[in-house]
Amino acid sequence: MSDVAVDATPTRIAKGRSLWTDAWRRLRANRAAVVSAVYLVMMTLACLVGPLLTGHAYTTIYNDYVRVPPSLSPYPQPDQVEAALTDAARRMRVDLVSWKLEDGRVTAAIGATRPIDPRALRYLDRSSSFKDSRVETTTPDGLGMTLSATVAEHHFLFGTDNTGRDLLTRTLIAGRVSLAIGLLAGLTAVVIGVIYGATAGYLGGRVDDVMMRFVDVLYSLPFIFLVIMLVVFFGRNFVLMFIAVGAVQWLDMARIVRGQALSIRRQEFVQAALAMGVSPFGILWRHVVPNTLGPVAVYMTLLVPQVILLESFLSYLGLGVQEPLTSWGVLIAQGAKNIPSANWLLLFPSIFLTSTLFALNFLGDGLRDALDPRDR
Amino acid sequence: MSGFRFKPLMLAALMLGIASLPAAAEMIYNRGNSADPESLDPHKTSTIYEAHILRDLFEGLVMQDATSGLIPGVAESWTLSPDGKVYTFKVRSDAKWSNGEPVTADDFVYSFRRLEDPATGAEYASMLYVVKNGEEVNTGKAKPDTLGVRAVDPKTLEITLKSPTPYFLEMLTHQATYPVNKASIDALGAEWVKPGKLVSNGPFTLAEFIPNDHIRLVKNPQFHAAGEVKLDAVNYIPTEDRSTAIKRYEGGELDSNDDLPTEQLADLKAKFGDQVKIGPYLGTYYYAIKTDKAPWTNPKLRRAISLLIDRDFLAEKVWQNSMLPAYSMVPPGIEGYTPAEADYAEMSPLDREDEAKKILAEFGYGPDTPLKLEIRYNTSENHKNTAVAIQEQLKPFGIDVSLINTDTKTHYGLLEQKGNYDFARGGWIADYKDPESFLGISRKASGNNYSNFNDLDFEKLMDEAAGAGGDPKARMQKLAEAEKILVDQLGNMPLLYYSYHSIVSPKLKGWEPNVMDVHPSRFISK
Amino acid sequence: MARYVLRRLLTAIPTLFFIVTLSFFLLRVAPGGPFSQERGLSPEVKANLERVYQLDAPLWRQYLSYLSDLLHGNFGPSYNLPDFTVADLFRVGLPVSIQLGASALLLALIIGSVLGIIAALRQNRGVDYAVVALATAGSTIPTFVIAPLYQLVFALTLAWVPVAGWGGGALINKIGPVLTLALPQIAIVARLMRGSMIEALRANHIRTARSLGLTSFAVVVKHALRGAVLPIISYAGPAAAALLTGSVVVETVFAIPGVGRYFVDAALNRDYTLVMGTVVLIAVFVIVFNLLVDVAYALVDPRVRYE
Repeated sequence: MSDVAVDATPTRIAKGRSLWTDAWRRLRANRAAVVSAVYLVMMTLACLVGPLLTGHAYTTIYNDYVRVPPSLSPYPQPDQVEAALTDAARRMRVDLVSWKLEDGRVTAAIGATRPIDPRALRYLDRSSSFKDSRVETTTPDGLGMTLSATVAEHHFLFGTDNTGRDLLTRTLIAGRVSLAIGLLAGLTAVVIGVIYGATAGYLGGRVDDVMMRFVDVLYSLPFIFLVIMLVVFFGRNFVLMFIAVGAVQWLDMARIVRGQALSIRRQEFVQAALAMGVSPFGILWRHVVPNTLGPVAVYMTLLVPQVILLESFLSYLGLGVQEPLTSWGVLIAQGAKNIPSANWLLLFPSIFLTSTLFALNFLGDGLRDALDPRDR
Repeated sequence: MSGFRFKPLMLAALMLGIASLPAAAEMIYNRGNSADPESLDPHKTSTIYEAHILRDLFEGLVMQDATSGLIPGVAESWTLSPDGKVYTFKVRSDAKWSNGEPVTADDFVYSFRRLEDPATGAEYASMLYVVKNGEEVNTGKAKPDTLGVRAVDPKTLEITLKSPTPYFLEMLTHQATYPVNKASIDALGAEWVKPGKLVSNGPFTLAEFIPNDHIRLVKNPQFHAAGEVKLDAVNYIPTEDRSTAIKRYEGGELDSNDDLPTEQLADLKAKFGDQVKIGPYLGTYYYAIKTDKAPWTNPKLRRAISLLIDRDFLAEKVWQNSMLPAYSMVPPGIEGYTPAEADYAEMSPLDREDEAKKILAEFGYGPDTPLKLEIRYNTSENHKNTAVAIQEQLKPFGIDVSLINTDTKTHYGLLEQKGNYDFARGGWIADYKDPESFLGISRKASGNNYSNFNDLDFEKLMDEAAGAGGDPKARMQKLAEAEKILVDQLGNMPLLYYSYHSIVSPKLKGWEPNVMDVHPSRFISK
Repeated sequence: MARYVLRRLLTAIPTLFFIVTLSFFLLRVAPGGPFSQERGLSPEVKANLERVYQLDAPLWRQYLSYLSDLLHGNFGPSYNLPDFTVADLFRVGLPVSIQLGASALLLALIIGSVLGIIAALRQNRGVDYAVVALATAGSTIPTFVIAPLYQLVFALTLAWVPVAGWGGGALINKIGPVLTLALPQIAIVARLMRGSMIEALRANHIRTARSLGLTSFAVVVKHALRGAVLPIISYAGPAAAALLTGSVVVETVFAIPGVGRYFVDAALNRDYTLVMGTVVLIAVFVIVFNLLVDVAYALVDPRVRYE
């Protein structure tokens, strides 16, 4: 027994570092993870705010610009003006006699065999290529007219899709949907899977058996059928999508966590905790779960892409988000069918998706490294 | 003298030379067909993909040539009784089954009875409802042997109809009416359709059937016109994915394909030129309107919607000109019939819009008080693009369209049960070249009357047309009047006329474009 | 262990029974039936068809009759392909799917593990980043993108391989499908292996061995591997079951006559018997592979014990 007197004078109490603070500091030091986190925040902002800034609504169809390639210069391009005029003339049921373009304003002379209805001007305005049209002159017999209109410029930085909608706006809107589904479904799957798997693995024995048999049963159900069921009972809404996807993905997570838990529960620190009288729940929460977080974090970063891809597969079969909403998966599925003739349909959504998933992965890696309790 | 042995060397070289000459090359046609057949039993058939294959395997009383014109088949000639109700067919003497047995009139009697027998569960049993007692047999009200078919002698077949039916011969080109071999069915039961066992009487026999892989047909030496058949074998290759099908065609794995990804049409035409074949096809793409559900009970409101839809845009931009705008239910191309078009077909779009706006205002709808409309369609890129385009077209006029996309079975399941919907996409392809095929589906009693259309004048005219079988001109007249009512009342809202879109290699000869899209391999060569 | 295995096999029977029952009734509840199609059927014909296929009997009677058929090994005829029985379709398709799936799985396990181990051993260096980047890319590109790209590049542009088709099982026809199937799996296995290998390398006994100077590459890898391989085994079980039963995308795009497409097509077509067949098939595969996984756990990790 030491007889060192206890120093009664109060000293400055050193502020303790909890495990979580440790983890946070490690995460912040990880360059790749930080960059990824920033990228994800920017992507989220872009998808939330971007569609309002592009100058196009995600549902607007541009009649003249169905399936046009991306371009930095505005549409209509100089060689397309005539085609647009001829198109408009046809709808007005008149002939295009002559036209000229000056300072962004086009003047056209049209003629017909019957008196031209002045309302025909509406067609010019309806056309995606023109606006502010007015009648300049009319021939006395009404069979001829000179019209003028401003060439309406539109930028399609990503081109347009098969229906004539701006791809940039749609890609951003799709991002909202994909990110929401990915994160929500992934979180649902993780929470359910970890709790379920840890409990099963830790308790072991009969309980483990029964719980895992239940997992087997769910695995064995044809997934597509489960989704059709859900669609029938709950209708075609967005929330349904991530319930359906999350409901399937937690199974994998549960298996992995249960595997980890099975081996962890035999380790000494768990035995020690038991000996000290910690409740099973306490052991689960403080020992088992944190020790499974490593593979869980890694698997989760594999899970979100899987969720997003699974959702795109469902949309591909006609069971996903309803038009006119869209998701990256849907855009990519459509884009893949259109190579090599319209590569932009595949390229841009793929870049968005892949870069986002890369970022998620690096962030996940950073999380795993930060939370790893053995790295001191 | 040893050394170079010339002679054996020369002999060897000669033999090598001969061996490397191409063997009398087999003429094989690799034919892309969008799907596998559901069944090769003609009585269990239901889709056009089977029709192509069955047309090559079997021969009916009459057949179609390369341009879908009617030609004699097993029947070399026929006569019609003065009252128009009894056909007498003379069976050709050299008609044989692939096992060498002759084809007789009794084969047809057996086959027709089997088609109508409820125990067979034939989907196309309705093809013979025009025959006396056809419907009664099929609904179990009469026994199969009361069917109006009789073998006068082994080479003479007599068919009695309910009433004069001018299009009866056209109906006999349908695959459900092909003969089947009784002995084979009795002996083998359900196995009779298997490759190597299938006994058929057409230009080809069944050699292999690997589902989702290919179906191989080989030339039938017993066929009476075998001398004219140039192909040695035909491989039907199911190509569900249109993009892959085009790639396979490009790679030379397919000599033709029966469908194309239409959204890529412009690029395909640029790449393949006139190998791309597009032309009118007897089919109509339409939206069924639930006429007994408010507010669609009023035909004026239905008309307003129809006025506002820009069919030109759909045909040109969405379908890339592979479809044509439709203002009548019956597509053009049926001889002797002029389809009845809606009056607004010729109206300028502006006038149509103005009228529609007036109608909507009458009902109290406008951009501030929107009209809600739900469009249902089954999964397909083109159906989706069409619905989306229409959604955008109707928006500025205060019509709030929501879209519901379901898989094909759910879609038609709902329609069959006359479920809750507003507008639903449908399509109808002609089974035979007659307007009745398109108008009959809107009759009150029809199982295909998804709109629940029930118009007394329409029914009256259709009945009158059915009774006027003896006078084809009068009949066509009545049908046209009936169609006018259908189109004006918008029992169905026609949008587009179908076209066939195929791609055919320049190596193939004998592929002739026609409105029924019929291309028997019998007339094709490489 | 033997008793455990036996017990598991015995409990598989009620599991299967439960699965079959649940699926049977779920199927019947779905809207639309096998005969709902664009050309609707007249009521009489529909009635006839339903009679022939016994769809007009009360549901419980259909269920019992299906069960008794099943117990005799009779899966029934396919509704939408009535020329074939479900057993016929599986007999043709299953060997095809198994060949492709097994090749893909093997490729994934071997290449993925090797890549993952290398990355773990060279953690945070160039090789590691390269592997992680490749693995991420591999798991984010969907199969319905890889397949057409492969066709475009290797089949059409370079003309080294056919565009599609099974070709009777020719090797050259298998390259595309196997690669497409394997790529995402390689990526996932590589990442899993890397992650768990990194953890295993930090384990006390490895650090002890290293600190004692036992730095032999093989020794370290062999010992660490034992612990690291568990998540791979966990993953490989269900992955095997899924791969061996085929992928609908690969089979559709490459026109392969496997059973994978039936899982989707049969459900979409409401082909009752075929769907039930696929349900039983996948249930059997999943049960068997899960059992194999659990046995493998026990073999690899002596701390895992089953009562």
